[in-house]
Amino acid sequence: MAKVLVVTSGKGGVGKTTSTAALGAALAQSGQNVVVVDFDVGLRNLDLVMGAERRVVFDLINVVQGDARLSQALIRDKRCETLSILPASQTRDKDALTSEGVARVMDELREKFDWVICDSPAGIERGAQLAMYHADMAVIVTNPEVSSVRDSDRIIGLLDSKTQKAERGEKVDKHLLLTRYDPARAARKEMLSVEDVLEILSIPLLGIVPESEDVLKSSNVGAPVTLAAPSSLPARAYFEAARRLNGEKLDVSVPTEKRGFFDWLFKRDA
Amino acid sequence: MPDPVSNAPPAPMRIRARGRSFLALVLSPEAPLPLWLEGLDYQIARSGGLFTGKPVILDLGLLAETTPGLATLMDDIRSRGVRIIGIEGGSRHWPATAHWDWPETLDGGRPAGEVEIPEDPSTSATGPVSGGGTLIIDQTVRSGQSIQHMQGDVIILGSVSSGAEIVAAGSIHVYGTLRGRAIAGVGGQAQSRIFASRMQAELLALDGYYAVTEDIDPALLGQAAQAALNEDRVRVTSLPA
Repeated sequence: MAKVLVVTSGKGGVGKTTSTAALGAALAQSGQNVVVVDFDVGLRNLDLVMGAERRVVFDLINVVQGDARLSQALIRDKRCETLSILPASQTRDKDALTSEGVARVMDELREKFDWVICDSPAGIERGAQLAMYHADMAVIVTNPEVSSVRDSDRIIGLLDSKTQKAERGEKVDKHLLLTRYDPARAARKEMLSVEDVLEILSIPLLGIVPESEDVLKSSNVGAPVTLAAPSSLPARAYFEAARRLNGEKLDVSVPTEKRGFFDWLFKRDA
Repeated sequence: MPDPVSNAPPAPMRIRARGRSFLALVLSPEAPLPLWLEGLDYQIARSGGLFTGKPVILDLGLLAETTPGLATLMDDIRSRGVRIIGIEGGSRHWPATAHWDWPETLDGGRPAGEVEIPEDPSTSATGPVSGGGTLIIDQTVRSGQSIQHMQGDVIILGSVSSGAEIVAAGSIHVYGTLRGRAIAGVGGQAQSRIFASRMQAELLALDGYYAVTEDIDPALLGQAAQAALNEDRVRVTSLPA
């Protein structure tokens, strides 16, 4: 049975698209069939991060409106054959997405893949609500700062009220992915701590992805960090997050720099 | 020598009068009445305090003298807590309505257009209202959500997030952290209070008087505390451990 996962946040620029690509590639490398779907119609980016921008012919809007078949719009990744992308349109806007059309496409995707990962646009409007509507699970991408946390809280409220599962009286499985975490700044108390964020949002923690140049470099060469730099700290965090999505129980470790003893001292004193 | 002033009849005490307007809801029952009453029950269940404390005018214009169920309609509506202050349409000479307790006719009313009956699924979906009019919410109230309960107390077992809002006619109890806005005692219940296991509220309001975070003693922030009205000011004090 396929699982539909929405990657969402409310706030923009926190790492939704990066995380969609990285989690998709990590799950696909475990042998499961994965499709990543770009719901950010009008501001598409997932194709760039996945390095598929030169192969886009048809897109999600074409399929939703019946102008193209799903198989024509899906692009298979060159590096990992179990990974596909369904790109968004850059020339249209979110009004072109109809809820019936999206429902039909999601049904079709569920039949073909083990994981359908939807990259939500920022905001809480129609585009974001359509992206989350069919979700069984949600990854809420949050940066350790107050505005991001409050927006995530708002999104959690929508996941509990505006999704198909919520309308049926069921719950969407929600997971927190803390991104752009900077251990040095956290030690200086310049960011919210992991505990603070968890206390406010009170949903289970899927992983902590450290702020890292590897993420930026990977995006620029058009590869998910879990494909381009699989041994980097952020890639390891995403691989572990993917295993947790598969139901494995792993302890979440707070990424620390190599001066572990110093951090330990600092923490004890603080 | 008699004092001329004291002999004069005492001046009548001056009566102060001010105008205040309320919007009365005009209810227009339609046949068949049993189904209409079912619909009324449904609306009351969905939008808790819609009729609480509101003046209602009953418009019989859509009914005929012989509509079945007309004789008991007045009691049927009043038994649902709706306060009828006037009747329009129809006539007190109809046999079915002659025994009704007809309120004095009001005049000077102006039509004010259709009233949108608010539906508040957040209230009805998250917690059933118990017998005493208390609303219990089992989970955290998230940013952007608003819980409105115009019948009694609200008890929240989770937290109230920053940007969320609880509005209650009675008191508000939060067993998690209160970070959002709590507005209690709406409708004049000045003895209402707000309790939180961890007080971090953005705004506390009691019967229209309010305080923001800056007004709260910093030593109490994050602690178990309560807010009560004292000489028209919101006072926040710690709760005994």
